[in-house]
Amino acid sequence: MKRFFPFFVLVTLALLCYAFYQAMYVAPTESTMGDVQRIFYYHLPHAWVAFLLFFTNFLASIWYLVRRSERSDALALASAEVGVVFCTVVLITGPLWARPVWGIWWTWDARLTSTLVLWLIYVSYLVLRRFATGAQTQVLSAALAIFGFVDVPIVYLSIRYFRTQHPQPVIAGGEGSGLDPRMWTAVLWNLAGFLSLALLLIWLRYRLALAENAVEEAHANRALGPEAEMRSGKSDGRAEAEMRVTKPDGRGSAPQSSSAPKVGKPR
Amino acid sequence: MRFLYLAYIATWTIHILYILYLTSRYRRLREERKELEKE
Repeated sequence: MKRFFPFFVLVTLALLCYAFYQAMYVAPTESTMGDVQRIFYYHLPHAWVAFLLFFTNFLASIWYLVRRSERSDALALASAEVGVVFCTVVLITGPLWARPVWGIWWTWDARLTSTLVLWLIYVSYLVLRRFATGAQTQVLSAALAIFGFVDVPIVYLSIRYFRTQHPQPVIAGGEGSGLDPRMWTAVLWNLAGFLSLALLLIWLRYRLALAENAVEEAHANRALGPEAEMRSGKSDGRAEAEMRVTKPDGRGSAPQSSSAPKVGKPR
Repeated sequence: MRFLYLAYIATWTIHILYILYLTSRYRRLREERKELEKE
């Protein structure tokens, strides 16, 4: 993956530039709202990508509870964090579109309120991950993620089952719904661009989470001494040398460089 | 058009800030790794 990373960045940038061109210059101007409707080409793809990321978080959390795998926990954290970024964009572009069209920044209707609740659930998930200490933090956050995901279908279905200020769905929204084909093209290009950006960010965040875990483990092993380093299988050779020098017959003096206990840094 | 530009600028500001946040965490992690190697 490391080899493909620059190529992946270039593809993402190209997709985003072309998607911007589609949204601003190719898609036709909407007849009643005018140019401000072009916010839609950023608003909708961000919402869909956020749903997809929260679904990834849901699956990774289930997998973590079943297998207790470090990788699925890192994926859950990465998808939740990037999902919150995308959901934040939805919550900011929405009012910026609503103000000139509805005349108000915000209204407490089912779609807007459930989206805000969704954002708050995943922000609380990240706060829990960041500040909680103890062995059960990952299990508790996985449970929160599984129950938190219940809000995603509620957000999606809210405009179908409640009368809302928010427009009706553009896909399978019944009579009169739907989009001009050129508008669809712009939506799909923007969806591709932002999906690619989300994958890039998730990959970076996932690698960061794994690397932070490894450093934290190294700190903990240093604090416990060279035996723990050897047991962890991640010894750098120096600890093994110390073991040979200090404990040739099991009665040697204490190791010199790594014997001082160090407190592992919080994640 | 003002709201359209504001929405696009806000979107890119959020993404760029997040990328900068990730970059700073990577940098901090690299320094921490170097310290560990020195020890």
